[in-house]
Amino acid sequence: MDLELTPDHATFRAAVRELAQGVVQPLAAEVDRDHRFPAEAVRAAAEAGLLGVLIPREYGGAGLDALAFAICIEELAQACASSAVIIDVHTSVGSEPILLFGTEEQKRTWLPRLASGELLGAFALTEPASGSDAASLKMSARRHGGGYVLNGAKVFITNIGSAGLYVVFARTGEDKAGGISAFLVPAETRGMKVGQVFKKMGLHGSPTGELVLEDVEVPAENRLGAEGQGFTVAMRALDSGRIGISGQALGIGQAALDESRALLAGRGREQGDDFLLADMATRLESARLLAYHAAWLCSRQRPFTRQASMAKLHCTDTAMQLAIDAVQLAGDDGTVSGSPFERHLRDAKALQIYEGSNQVQRIVIAREMLR
Amino acid sequence: MDFEFSEDQVAIRDTIRELVQDRVAPRAAEIDAKAEYPKDIERLFAENGILGIPFPEEYGGISGSSVTICMGVEEIAKACATSSLILAVQALGSYPILVAGTEEQKKRLCPPLASGEKVAAYALSETGSGSDAAAMKTVAKRHGSEYVLNGSKQFITGGSVAGTLVVFAQTDPSADHRGISAFVLERENSPWKAPKLEHKLGIRGSPTAEIVFEDVKVPAANRLGEEGAGFKIALAVLDRSRPGIGAQALGIAEGAFDYALNYVKERKQFGQPIASFQGIQFMLADIATQIEAARHLVYRAATKVDAKAPDLTKIAAMAKLFASDMAMRVTTDCVQLLGGYGYISDYPVERMMRDAKITQIYEGTNQIQRVVIARALLK
Repeated sequence: MDLELTPDHATFRAAVRELAQGVVQPLAAEVDRDHRFPAEAVRAAAEAGLLGVLIPREYGGAGLDALAFAICIEELAQACASSAVIIDVHTSVGSEPILLFGTEEQKRTWLPRLASGELLGAFALTEPASGSDAASLKMSARRHGGGYVLNGAKVFITNIGSAGLYVVFARTGEDKAGGISAFLVPAETRGMKVGQVFKKMGLHGSPTGELVLEDVEVPAENRLGAEGQGFTVAMRALDSGRIGISGQALGIGQAALDESRALLAGRGREQGDDFLLADMATRLESARLLAYHAAWLCSRQRPFTRQASMAKLHCTDTAMQLAIDAVQLAGDDGTVSGSPFERHLRDAKALQIYEGSNQVQRIVIAREMLR
Repeated sequence: MDFEFSEDQVAIRDTIRELVQDRVAPRAAEIDAKAEYPKDIERLFAENGILGIPFPEEYGGISGSSVTICMGVEEIAKACATSSLILAVQALGSYPILVAGTEEQKKRLCPPLASGEKVAAYALSETGSGSDAAAMKTVAKRHGSEYVLNGSKQFITGGSVAGTLVVFAQTDPSADHRGISAFVLERENSPWKAPKLEHKLGIRGSPTAEIVFEDVKVPAANRLGEEGAGFKIALAVLDRSRPGIGAQALGIAEGAFDYALNYVKERKQFGQPIASFQGIQFMLADIATQIEAARHLVYRAATKVDAKAPDLTKIAAMAKLFASDMAMRVTTDCVQLLGGYGYISDYPVERMMRDAKITQIYEGTNQIQRVVIARALLK
C-alpha cells in the first residue's frame, strides 16, 4: 500500500498548478462576472498539452492515465471551475469515447485534432424529456443512402457553440437502450444549430445550451461503435467522466478551504471557526482519496463503476458543503458578488446535478451492491 | 500509488478473518451481555501471533506496520469491537516503548508482549485530567535507582488484565507538562491495583479500570526517554494509535452494514424485499460511500505513520475523527434499516451502535481531534 502520488504524477500536478495559478486563476472572477468563455485559458491549456491528457502519444496526446486526468481537472478547478469543466468535458466524454470505441480510422481522423485543441469536444446525450432516464431519448437517426439523417433536440450541452465536434446519441431502433447509437458530428455540419444558451447560477464561463439537429446528414463512417451500442458508449463515457467531475469538485473544495484558512489566519481565532475548518479539511481529504482510488482502478482497467459513482457523490456533496461553510466563515463579505466565496457556492451546485445527478449515483451504487 | 495490501498482509488478514469467523463472532453477543473480559480470545490471538503484529521481527513480532495493525483491528471489529481492542491496546501500550525506548528497553520489554505472553495497557487519563492531559496529578519520586509512584488513573482500557502498563506521571510537579515522565511497569515487579471496573454503554467486555498506585516502585531503567519527556511521548503515541481507532470504527461500521445489507435483501414488506425501495437503496448507497471514504482516510493515516511523515499528526486526527463520526452515523442507520429488530439484543446491530459511541470519545475526543487538525492547518 502506497497512498502517495508517484513522482511522475507529482511533477505533473506541479506543472498544471503553475499554469492554473499563473494563467487561469487570474481570469476566474472576470469570466464569472461577464459570462464569457475563457478562451485564453483553453488556449494555454492546449499549448501545454492538457487537452490531450488521456489521448495516446501516437494520436498526438500526452498518453497519461485517469489519475493524471483527475489531478489536471482538480488543479484547473481550484483556479477556475468554468475552465475546468470545459476541459473536463472535452477530455472525458467529448474525446474518450473515440479512444474507447472508435475505429483506427476514426482515431486517426479525430484524436490528433482534439488533442491539439484544434477541435473542442462535447457530449450530446441529454434531451428536454430525457435526463436521468437517458435510455428514453427521442432524437432520431434514420438510415439514408450510405449514412444517417439525424433529427431532434439536445439540451444542457456543455461547450455548446464552442465545440468543434459533438458526440451525439440518437435512436436507430425501437428497443429502449438497445436502439441507441452514437455519432461523431462536426459542428459545421449542415443542420447543426445552437439553440438557447442558458444563463446559469454558476459556471458562467462554461457555455451550456440547446443543440438542435435538423436533417443533419452523418456518413456511416462517423457512427461510433456498432448500431445499438450507443447506450453502452454513453454509460462507459460517464463512468470515467465522473472521475473528472470528482476532480473538479476537489478543486472547488480546495479553493474554498484555502480561502477560508487564509481568512481565519488573518483574524482573531474562535474555536467554533477552527472546528468548522477542521471538518472541512477532513472531509476534503476523505473525498480526494475516493476520487484517486476510482482513477487508479480505471487506470488499471479494473472495474470502477461503483467507485466512480461513490467518488462523484462524495466529492460533489463535499464541494457543496465546503462552499457553504466557507461563505459562512466569511460572513457578509462572502456573499458579495465578486467574492470568490459566493462564486464557489454557485459553481459547486452544478456538480451535484450534472453527469448523473447524485440521486442517480446512489441508484448506481445501490444496484452494484444488490446485484 | 497502490491501494492494495501486500501479499503478506493479505495472508495475515485471511488468517484473522477465518479465526474471527470461527471463534470470535460466535462469542460477541455473550461477551457483550456478560460484560466479561474474553480471556479465551486474548489467548487465541496470542497463540496465532496476532498480538505480535505491533512489533517488528527483531523484537519478536511479525510486522510493526501501522497498516497491518489497522487491517487486523478492522477485521476483528467487524465481528466484535471488544475483541478488536485487545489488539488495538496491545499496539497503544507498546508504542511508547517502540517510539521512545532505548534498544535495551525494546529488546527486554517487547518480546513477552510480541509473543502474547503479556498484554499491554496505556495509563494517561486521570479523574481530573482527560483532554487536559498535562493536568495530571500522579507523581513519580526518584529514590536512587528507582521511582516510587503514587496517584491514580482513570478509564484505563485493559488496565486490570495487562502485564505491562505504561504510566505517565509527574516527576517535577512544578513544571506543568514539561514535568511529566513515562514509565513501563511490569506487573510482577511493580504491582498496581485496579480496584474498580466501569459499567459501560458499549465495548462491555473490555475492562475499563481505575488504577491506583500506592508506593509502587519502578526501576529507573524502565523510564522511557528523559525525565520530562513524557508528555511528548504521550502525544507521539496518540498520533500513531489514532489510525487504529479509526480502523476499529471502520470495522464496527462494516460489520453493522454487512448485517443490514443482508437483512434488507431478505426482509419482505408490501410483497417485496425492502431493498427494492428507493428510500432504502439511497440509505445503502450513502452508508457504503461513507464507509469507503473513511477506509481510505484510515489507511492513508496508517501509511503516514509507517512513513513517519511530517503531517502524520493532522492526518491521523482526521482519520480518527472522520471514521468514528461515520461509524456512529452508519450504525445508527443500520439499526434504522432493521426497524424494531434493530433495537433488540437478539440482533447484533444495537450492540454495534453502542460500541461505536466510544470511538468518538477515547484516544482524544473528536473535539480534541478538531483542535489538533485546526492547529495544524493554521500554524
